[in-house]
Amino acid sequence: MRRAVAILLLIIVALGISLSLAEIPFGSPETKVGKHYIDEGIKETGAVNIVTSVVVNYRGFDTLGEVTVLFIAAIGLGAVLTTSVKGETRKIQPASLVLYTGCRLLFPLILIFGSFIFLHGHLTPGGGFQGGAIIASGFLLIYLGCRERRISRAASNLAESLGGLVFVIIGLLGLVFGGYFLLNFLPKGTANTLFSAGIIPIIYIAIGFKVGSELASIIDNLIEES
Amino acid sequence: MIFVVSFLVVLMLVGAVSASIFRDLISAVIAAALVSLIASILFYFLQAPDVAMAEAAIGAALTAAIFIIAIRRTSRYEE
Repeated sequence: MRRAVAILLLIIVALGISLSLAEIPFGSPETKVGKHYIDEGIKETGAVNIVTSVVVNYRGFDTLGEVTVLFIAAIGLGAVLTTSVKGETRKIQPASLVLYTGCRLLFPLILIFGSFIFLHGHLTPGGGFQGGAIIASGFLLIYLGCRERRISRAASNLAESLGGLVFVIIGLLGLVFGGYFLLNFLPKGTANTLFSAGIIPIIYIAIGFKVGSELASIIDNLIEES
Repeated sequence: MIFVVSFLVVLMLVGAVSASIFRDLISAVIAAALVSLIASILFYFLQAPDVAMAEAAIGAALTAAIFIIAIRRTSRYEE
């Protein structure tokens, strides 16, 4: 009886979702704003990657909110996990030779790749969030492979704070120079070169450092406790 | 192309269903990471490489690692 009712409810929900989705004309450009970003984005922001120009320039304030959410999540996790008593150091079982060698060889490459992703955020796909996540996965490899190593808490806190500060200060400088928050006040340069797009690369470098250090400190907190 | 995508979608469904029925939670986490990995490949096919990168790094690597750390603190097998 209960199962029949559940199946009936599921069918009703599926019907509702499919009927309401059928009304949306996917693929046809109904909104003007998307077309504006595609046509005028490169001229207005200097960034070749349209996704980046939307994330950092047109919707930069939302990105600041996103970064803040991640920051609060990392802070909350740290606050919950560090309340327990620390002290005794358990003996660490060393990793296997394959993992140890792979970690030592791959970690610098992963770090360089992540930095490449967020430095070239305005030219190629990717950006601060993706680069930061790749860097954090490199630190995860360090924790798996070279188990006696630990990242420095002070350095990760410094990178995190500097990233957030640079983002907000760049935004406030826009307020000073042009009258609104996160205005792209630097010269745009020629598109498709590394030094172009004004404040976008600076903000993406800041986001890359911030996201990378936050995710790495989340992993650090979890592994310290387990 | 359509065959590759269909194969990936079927594999993704198998991963999703097996993640929910596995009793061994480590296997369930691996199956869930497989779903994320195939999702990121599909994002790439749908011409969203930015999302694909974030999905591969966060969904497949970091989430699985966090789940495995949590399983190490609790019990491995579901009652």
